[in-house]
Parts: sequence; structure tokens; C-alpha cells
Amino acid sequence: MSEITKQSLSELVENIKSKKLSSSEVTKAFVERSEKSKELNAYITEDYTNALNKAKKFDEKPNLDHKLPGIPMAVKDLFCTKDLRTTAGSKILNNFVPTYESTVTQNIWNEGAILMGKLNCDEFAMGSSNETSFFGNVQNPIDKNLVPGGSSGGSSSAVAAQLTPITIGTDTGGSIRQPASFTGTVGLKPTYGSCSRYGIVAFASSLDQAGPMAQNVKDCALLQEVISTYDEKDSTSIDFKRNEYSKELTKDIKGKKIGIPKEYRVDGMPKEIEDLWKKGIEYAKDCGAEIIDISLPHTNYALPTYYIVAPAEASSNLARYDGVKYGFRAEGENLIDMYEKTRSEGFGAEVQRRIMIGTYVLSSGYYDAYYLKAQKVRKLIKNDFDDAYKKVDAILTPSTPSSAFKIGEKTNDPVSMYLNDIFTVPVNLAGLPGISIPAGHDAKGYPLGLQIIGKAFDEQNILNIAYAMEEKINFKNNITDWWIK
Amino acid sequence: MDKVSKNKSEYLINRHDNQYEVVIGLEVHAQVTSQSKLFSTSATKFGAEPNTQVSLVDAAFPGMLPVINEYCVKQAIKTGIGLKAKINKRSVFDRKNYFYADLPQGYQISQFKDPIVGEGKVILDMPDGQKEVGIERLHLEQDAGKSIHDLDPKNTFVDLNRSGVALMEIVSKPDLRSPDEVNAYIKKLRSIMRYLGTCDGNMQEGSLRADVNVSVRKKGSKEFGTRCEIKNVNSIKFMQMAIEYEANRQVDLIEDGQTIDQETRLFDTKKNETRSMRSKEDAHDYRYFPDPDLLPLEVSDDFIENLKSEIPELPDEKKKRFIEKFKLSPYDANILVSDIETSNYFENVIKKSDVKLATNWIIGELFAALNEKNLEITESPISAGNLSKLINLIKDGTISGKIAKTVFEQMMEGDKDPQKIVEEKDLKQESDPKALEALIDKVIDDNRDKATEYKSGKVKLFGFFVGQVMKVSGGKANPQLVNEILKKKL
Repeated sequence: MSEITKQSLSELVENIKSKKLSSSEVTKAFVERSEKSKELNAYITEDYTNALNKAKKFDEKPNLDHKLPGIPMAVKDLFCTKDLRTTAGSKILNNFVPTYESTVTQNIWNEGAILMGKLNCDEFAMGSSNETSFFGNVQNPIDKNLVPGGSSGGSSSAVAAQLTPITIGTDTGGSIRQPASFTGTVGLKPTYGSCSRYGIVAFASSLDQAGPMAQNVKDCALLQEVISTYDEKDSTSIDFKRNEYSKELTKDIKGKKIGIPKEYRVDGMPKEIEDLWKKGIEYAKDCGAEIIDISLPHTNYALPTYYIVAPAEASSNLARYDGVKYGFRAEGENLIDMYEKTRSEGFGAEVQRRIMIGTYVLSSGYYDAYYLKAQKVRKLIKNDFDDAYKKVDAILTPSTPSSAFKIGEKTNDPVSMYLNDIFTVPVNLAGLPGISIPAGHDAKGYPLGLQIIGKAFDEQNILNIAYAMEEKINFKNNITDWWIK
Repeated sequence: MDKVSKNKSEYLINRHDNQYEVVIGLEVHAQVTSQSKLFSTSATKFGAEPNTQVSLVDAAFPGMLPVINEYCVKQAIKTGIGLKAKINKRSVFDRKNYFYADLPQGYQISQFKDPIVGEGKVILDMPDGQKEVGIERLHLEQDAGKSIHDLDPKNTFVDLNRSGVALMEIVSKPDLRSPDEVNAYIKKLRSIMRYLGTCDGNMQEGSLRADVNVSVRKKGSKEFGTRCEIKNVNSIKFMQMAIEYEANRQVDLIEDGQTIDQETRLFDTKKNETRSMRSKEDAHDYRYFPDPDLLPLEVSDDFIENLKSEIPELPDEKKKRFIEKFKLSPYDANILVSDIETSNYFENVIKKSDVKLATNWIIGELFAALNEKNLEITESPISAGNLSKLINLIKDGTISGKIAKTVFEQMMEGDKDPQKIVEEKDLKQESDPKALEALIDKVIDDNRDKATEYKSGKVKLFGFFVGQVMKVSGGKANPQLVNEILKKKL
């Protein structure tokens, strides 16, 4: 048996079920590795003592019928966890301890998993590098100078560095897939309505979706199976027949039609991304898939549309952080003064920027030109996908336009930062499922990811394609444990 | 300020040689009668301890999401049906964004572009005839919490019990022309909603309040004047006072050659004046947009049809029936149908007794007595059953109308059976002709001189003899028989 933290989720589940390992042994191993990995800054809040106690309790009376029996897990700090501080990476929620549990995390604990702590993320999930977090940036285990991507940067870093066997992130414009791509891991953004948003700190309600982040496709499928449930507490949750994704997982994708959208060949796309995509097409063909050229004509408008819709919703969603009821409050002369001080001290620069953009595009006189138009374009983008899916079963694209960039490289250039989401954002706007799988390295040896986009509710299909391609790609992550002294 | 001509129901303000008409539109906020809030399961009971009916959703905790309360949707649609309005099968909830300490989300969930109910109408019974008032729309929205500024010199306290409670905002067309019409409109709206059970209409508890839009224009003008909105007025009397003040203020400005600024004003109930709250330039930009946490609200034809089948007989139809079936005057019918409790009482009384007597007794004696004790009809000490018995005692001649009043007074002290009161106090009417003859003989005997005067032509004295007979009988003599026998004897 290999070292515990090097095992995949599926292996750990198997070993605990066959009693080769106890939950305490597994939890202890991940806790110890997490403790030795503080330099990565992947955690905002650690809950190791409780985790070890829960593992001990589990071992006393193990329920091995669960899907995640005694598996320790850290989760993105955007999920509200009962009695454990939940910050959303923001000063404004620095002291916030929920009295309730998000549906997605509750589903995970119901299957026997144990919470180890809360993982770093961009403030309110607004960012592509984890640099907007009030709790500092996170290092990419690939290289200490690299960002781990964002907003689920703590999650991607923790999975890649094997501080947690698996985790969950949230994806509003690429926040699961881009960090997965930057760290050589697998990340799935499910169909909008697949996972309940109840208890997840909201960024942009019509786009936010929780999803699994893992070291391989099979683990990803297993966690998706656990977290995806219909939830009456979320009015946008959809009641559809959910698969047992891990059990139904197959590498047989012969005859599947995979579309290659020409509009994703963006100007100035680095050659290594172009090459990766070509390689991906070959892998897909090797798996027996049929490649079909398709067109998604409104792709160009996706990013500007996203940067109207998401900030608009965010500006309203974040109005509740006003210092009145919970969280950070700055003293003020009067109510307005208190609001102004609380919100200017409590929110970071990027969050304030997006609140201002959102407030602007919803203002009377600008609403029609921005928000309303963006909603119309959003519909056109969705129609593009609907048309494409008349011809194909899935779509293959690069996950990101580049590999991970350096910490600080783009912090003063928001537009260049936003461009990171160019391939992931259309998927959120259309509410579709998308998965990023590691598919190669660039010249510097940094991982690169490919994205497979599916039809709505067709997670099984893209998981199958990813599973088949994963085997052909046979990706190996170069993690040297440089941060462990 | 006193030059108001009240020509029938026409309400005009006269200044110099000009006559001004007042144009009024109301935005009524009616609290939906419902056990739980519009988007959460918290209770809505009035008067609970502060912050005891607040869920995580109402307090806008991170990650909390609204879930529509189907019952409130039904209530809104029923109200729409009661207003003879178009029910929109698809409506959308929007966010109205603004900051205030008692608005936990930082936005109110309301309906902006696509309300659940469209155009409808309300018929008013005015002294000079009926008047139709158009309804522009009805939409569902959340109430805010309550800020309490007077409990502490430095701090404001916030009570979120009301936060998230369902309101119906009912917007009228600018069809009202006088404070009297406003009075009739609010009462009619309240009556319809109470019949439907969709709003209790309790203005003291804030279940019904209104924003009043007022403008003035020269009589005969087709153009509307610039309007001012008087916010959150919570009684009919204050609405009327605010309108009178505001209309006169606007007329004075025009007569003075000034223009009216479109603005939001507050009514100061102590000083009886309206004051500017914010101008159009300072108006909030609410940044309305569809709430992404909620899907558009879609209702089927079946859903609406089912609700239609639950609609009770409403005041207009009831009034028509009372007039046609019971031959009531429109005036009496109006009074009896104005409140569902009154009409229920009336219908219970007439189940077993004479309609005409019942109408007179309820509108006359009962209303006066209740008024005196400041009681609602539901609190009446006299049950419908016992009033019915009393009426039957009058009708069958057991007691006279006069005695009935005495019995009624005793019934008001507690719901006693009138039959028992009559027996216990021996109040039964004397209708035995022989007994009455004896009485009358005695009275004539005792007043021989007056009897002589009567016979010599002083017919007015007849009343004197009736009075004497009644007095001697202790009020129990059957007045009709007394009349007949007296005529013969004299």
C-alpha cells in the first residue's frame, strides 16, 4: 500500500471499507501533511482536532455502507459549515460562524466524510488567482511563485498537494475548472440546478454552481454523485434523474460526437495551447470519438456579457453585508457613515470594483444598454450551444488560454485577469456542465487542462469522455513537495 | 383654505375665479393573511416579542435563499379575482435595491415589470350614484422590518418580525376625485379582501396602509397636474386630511404662479400638514432586476379556475341579492353588506325571523348600542339567534316595540334569551280585550273632564288617553288594541 496521502479517494474508500485503513489513520495522515504545508496557505480555518475526534468516533462504530466512509475532507470557505467559521475569503465575514450547514456539505457529511477545515479562496469567489483573498494568496504546489488559479485556489492547491483527498469548489465563471487546469487536477462544474446553492455564500446567483475537485475523474464522479441532490430550499434546484455517476462510469465512448468550436481559436492563443487542443482531439479520436467542427458564433460576447451579469447580481447579493446583523462592523457617526466605513474597510478592492460595475449596469438609464442587453446575449449564447448539441454529444476546448501565471503578474491588470475565464465563462452563461482534466504541460513544465462541455444534465457523458481520455493522456503531475521542510 | 364647494359628491377647490379638481391615485399596501411569510416559514403573528419570528432567510444570512409561499400566491390571485382583474399566468419577482437597517437583504423582493395581477376595477357606492375606480395592478412583495428609534438615545433597534411578511400592493388608476371617494374606496377594498379572507384590513396593526398620490388641475382640464406622493398613511382619516392639505397647498402654489415639484412627502399627523421628504432628483434608483434566486412564477389555468371556485359571494353580488330577494332598499343593503361579519350576522338573524324588522333592528338599535360600547359586530353581546327570537316576540305580538327596547337593553348586558326576560319580568303584552276595556274604563272614569272636552271636539286629547292607558298598564298594553277600544269608548 502506498503512502496514505498519495492514494486517490477511490483507493482510500476501498481501504477503509476493507478495514485495511482506519479513518483515524487516514485523517491523521492528511492532518499531518496539512500541518506541514502551512506555507501553501491553502487553509483559512483548520479544524484538525475535531476532525481527529470525529475519525476516532467513526472507527468506534464504522458505517461502511456510506460512499465516503470516514474520509477527511477540507472544503472551500464559501460553503457555510455549522459551528465552523465561514469567511468567503473576506474580512467582512472574518468572525462569522454559521448556525447552519450548506446542503452540499451536509450531503457529504451524510455519506460519512469528516470536515478538516476551510480552504482559501478569492474574496466572495471574485478572482482568478486567489490573490483577492483577505487571508492572503495561495501558492501553487507546482511552483511557489505560481498562482493556483481561482477562485477555488485553496481547493486546487490542497488537492494537488494532497492535503485533502478530494474537495469541493464553486464555479461562477470558471472558478473550479481554471484552478484545476492550473494545478494538474480534475474539476467539474455541474449543470446549473444540479447542486443546491443553499448555504453557499452567493456571488452571482444565476451562475454559481458547486462542484467536485479531484485528482482523477473517477473520484470526481463519486463526489458529484454525493453532492448533487434536488433541494426544495433552492428554488433554482432542478428535480431530474441523477445518475450514480461513479458506478455508471465507462471508458467506452465509441461513436460519441465531439464538437470543436472554431470560435475558441482566439487571437493570440499561445501555440502550446493550440498544440494541447490538437493533442486532445487526437486522444478523443483514439478513444473512438468522432470529431466534428462546430460553430458557437456568439462566443466573443461571452466575457463582456459575464462581466455585466455577474457583477450586477453580486452588487445586489453583497448588499446584505452592511455591518448591521453579523460580520465585521466599523463604527460610524450615523447609519450611512457606518455602512460606508464597514463596506470600504470590509471589502477588498476587487469586490468593490465589481460592486461598482454591478451598481452601474443596473442603474436607471443604463439598465437597458447593459444588463438587459447582456441577458439577451446570454440567451443567444445558450442558443448557440443548443444548436451545436443537435450535431454533437459534447464539446472539447482548452480550459484556459494559458498555464498558471506568476503571483502578482496580473493583479494590476483586471482585464488581463478576466481574460483567463474566456473558455469557461460561456459554459456558466449557458448553465451547462463542464469538466477540466489535466492534459499536458507547457514548455515550463506547468500543467495545462482540456475542457469537455456537455449538454444540460449530461454529466455522465462528459465524465465518461473525461475518464476515457484521462487513460490515454496518462498525465503525471510534477509535485516535488518543495514546501515541506 | 376653507373654500371647498361640495356640490353633490363633486369636490372642488375655489380660489379667486378658478375652480380646481383634485386627482388622487392610491397605492394600498395590504398585508396578506397567511400563517407564514412570503419566502420563509416564519410565523406572521402580530404583536409577538421582537425578533422572535425571524428565520435565517428573513435576516438575510449568507447563503440563504427565498422559497415562494404558495398560499400567499393563492391569496393574491383570489384578491385579483375579487377586483375583477386580469390574472397574469406568468409573473416575475424583482429585487428593489436600497440600503436600510431594517431591510436585511439590502433589497426588497417585489414585482416590477410583470405583476401577478393586472387591470381590474372597484365599484363605489357614492351618495349620488355608483362610481367605478380602475385598478392598475396588484403585485406581491416583502415587507421590511421595523426600526425603533425611541428606545435609546443613541442607538436604533431593529425588529425583524415583519421582515419578509407578504404584502399586496394594489395600485389604483388616478380615478379618485375627493377625500370622500378615497374613504369609500379604501372601505370597499377592505370589505372585498375581508370577504375573501386575503387581508384582515386592520389599519391599527398596519395591515392596510397607503401611499397617496395627489395632483390638482383646473376644472375641465384633461391634462394631469404634477403629482406629489404622500408616503405611508395609515388611517382613512389621515388620508383625507393629507389630501385636503396637499390639494390646497398645490392650488396655492399654482395661484401664486409657482410650479409644483414632483416629490415624495410625509404627512405630519400632529401638525396636519405634508412635508417634503425627497425631491424627484433625490429619488432612489432602486436598480430593479429579476431576482436570480427565484424562477418566474407560472400558474396554470386550472390553478386559477380552482381558486375561482373558492371565491365567496362578494359585497356587490350580495347587495344585489339582498335588494332582489329581501326587497331591501339599496341604502340598507349597502350598510348590511359593507362588512362580511355584519352580513353574516344579518343572514343568521333572518334565517328565522322577519327581514324588515331584522334590518331595522340591526341598523338601528344594534348598531347604536354597539357604537356606544365601541364594539365590533363580532363582539356583540347579543347573538344573532337571540336577536332573531326578540324579533319574533315583536312580530307575534307577545311584546310591543317599546317593551322590546327594554328587553333589548337587558340583552345588551349579556346574551340573555329574550323569552326568559319577558317571562321573568312579566313584560308580556296585554292583548286581552276584556282586561284592556276594564283598564280603559278606569282611565276614562278618572279623567271625566278631559273625556268631555274630547267629545266636544278636542281630538288632540286622544293621545293623552293612550298615554294614560299605557302608563297604567306599565307599558304592556297592546297599543293597537288600546287605540281601537279607546275610539269606541270615547
